[in-house]
Amino acid sequence: MRQARIVRNIGLGVENLLLHKLRSFLTMLGVVFGVGSVVAMLSVGEGASKHALEQIRKLGSNNIILTSMKSAEEEQASTTHSHMSMYGLTYEDHRRLSESFKNIKETAPAKVMRKDASLRERAMELRVVGATPAWFHLVPRELIAGRVILQGDQDKQSPVAVLTEFGARKLLATEGTIGQTLRIGGSQFEVIGIIQSESGQAGNIQIPDQDIDVYIPLEVSQRYFGDIFAKRTAGTDEREKVELHQIIVQVDDPKNAESVGAGIERMLGMFHKKKDYAVSVPLALLKQAEATKRTFNIVLGSIAGISLLVGGIGIMNIMLASVTERTREIGIRRALGAKRKQIIMQFLIETVVLSTTGGLIGLGIGILIPALIRYFSGMPTVITMNGVLLPLFVSMAIGIVFGIYPAMNAAQVDPIIALRHE
Amino acid sequence: MPTNGHEIVRLENAWKVYQMGTEDVKALRGVNIMFEKGDFWAIMGPSGSGKSTMMNVLGCLDRLSDGAYYLDGKDVSQLDDDALSELRLRYLGFIFQSFNLIPQLTVQRNIELPLYYLGWDAARSAERAKELAEQVGLGDRLSHRPTELSGGQMQRVAIARALTNDPQVIFADEPTGNLDSATGVQIMDILVKLNKLGKTIVMVTHEPDIAAYAHRRLHMIDGNIDRIEEGEHRTLTAPSAGHASPPDGSRRAETFVAPGEDVTHATRKA
Repeated sequence: MRQARIVRNIGLGVENLLLHKLRSFLTMLGVVFGVGSVVAMLSVGEGASKHALEQIRKLGSNNIILTSMKSAEEEQASTTHSHMSMYGLTYEDHRRLSESFKNIKETAPAKVMRKDASLRERAMELRVVGATPAWFHLVPRELIAGRVILQGDQDKQSPVAVLTEFGARKLLATEGTIGQTLRIGGSQFEVIGIIQSESGQAGNIQIPDQDIDVYIPLEVSQRYFGDIFAKRTAGTDEREKVELHQIIVQVDDPKNAESVGAGIERMLGMFHKKKDYAVSVPLALLKQAEATKRTFNIVLGSIAGISLLVGGIGIMNIMLASVTERTREIGIRRALGAKRKQIIMQFLIETVVLSTTGGLIGLGIGILIPALIRYFSGMPTVITMNGVLLPLFVSMAIGIVFGIYPAMNAAQVDPIIALRHE
Repeated sequence: MPTNGHEIVRLENAWKVYQMGTEDVKALRGVNIMFEKGDFWAIMGPSGSGKSTMMNVLGCLDRLSDGAYYLDGKDVSQLDDDALSELRLRYLGFIFQSFNLIPQLTVQRNIELPLYYLGWDAARSAERAKELAEQVGLGDRLSHRPTELSGGQMQRVAIARALTNDPQVIFADEPTGNLDSATGVQIMDILVKLNKLGKTIVMVTHEPDIAAYAHRRLHMIDGNIDRIEEGEHRTLTAPSAGHASPPDGSRRAETFVAPGEDVTHATRKA
């Protein structure tokens, strides 16, 4: 019975609002835009952060990534001419790592260098990575053709090369390239496979295989190319000695990732005079990214709050005007026996219907816009349940909050005065 | 308080004082009057005589500053706003000079208005509205808006609305003031018929012609009773029709009367 009455009240409210279609529409526009932008922003934001989180997850939640970095002092020294900088992770570090931590399951050391390469008549500089078979376990990528580097290649020190999608594209290599000879820095390598590659940034660390063109066995790269790299920048002849550029460490359980990361950091600290390495734990980054996302949501929420506030004020403004305009109607209703609270309910329901309708339209727009963005730019967007229900609930609440004052005003109308005014 | 059983409205030493700026305006100055059930009263007097205030007080739209107002034997002068609204809703009907229909609502919705506040459901309200519209001869205008009607039709809608709750007393404030004389006569016809059917009618007017339809005329001056005239100057039906006759079932078959249903009882069910 009560429910039927509420439905009827809402029906009458809608009827009343439909009497002034344009005005009702314009009144709810603020909420439409408010809710629309909130839903759209949340969806785009959620999509972006989900994308970032996914990237980080791709690094592996039980992986730790060690990277060689030129220390600050070294960076200064290298500005003087013909200086050879020595820094970074060493083979010794790698050996110690695998021996000292029982929670470490696998490690994948890598050397990264730039070498001139040529495949048939096509020649260009490529980013070459010397890696062990373990790399392909820790950075799993789909195989397009052929195979990856195996333990046998490592043992026999075979001069084999695995192209990434990027590298293959640069060299115009196809599946047919497999078995052909690729010249890297003057040495001959047999192309044995092509793997897919991943691009993008994951938080503040690069994806391990970002920008890599070709993989060769680590031992081979060490034997062929050594540990000293010449870098020619702006006229200075700069040389660097780096044994390993990167070590990816996999722990047995994500739970241990952070503690092992800290342990590695301590251990490296003992053996390195300078801080010429960086330890990043994707899981920690993931947590950090999630915290960032929360901050982002708070910022979005405040912007949303402001736009909805403006929308609410717009509604209140019109409702106040409407109360003045309908003074006579209110007077008539009061004279016929409507109680104050019934007048309040009438206006409150109208406001809530307005704001909620605005919220629903806004929701539609807010879902449509990210869909269009996704369609045209390929940017990931995500509509979450919260992203839908919250603005809707808020728009309803706005109706109540901003409707109560006009409704109270309406209830204060004195029927005697109201009926007198023509 | 002693009542004679026929009493419906009684003012005892009724004062109404308004604050107008720094000045006190005494609109009613100790009025004593009693109306009986089934009576047809006209309240007359020049502007400023307090007749409108009297009407508002009797219609439970306004409260006395001092004195007592008994409606159907109950002292209502101390009731709060909600209780007065309830009284208007259940026991009183109003007809105004400017009709006071809600222009956005259809005739049906206008007539239904009191039922909405009485909590009737949509179907029963619609049925009742249709019945009443037919009784005032506007059964085919239910879905029209007031602006599409003539003045006389609008006032008939207002009368239908005043009857929806089967009121004890109908207050009519210059009911013909905005109508031409022929239409005014039609409206007065309806009021006279309603009175014959037992409705107590209290009408404010300054037109002697219109006041002549009433059984008793209360002339007011300076916030008090100047004199009371009795007897019908002009009647449309037999002059002997008793003004004090209580509503009885035998007359219910005629138009302008609520169906046998007791409105208050019906609400309790709803």
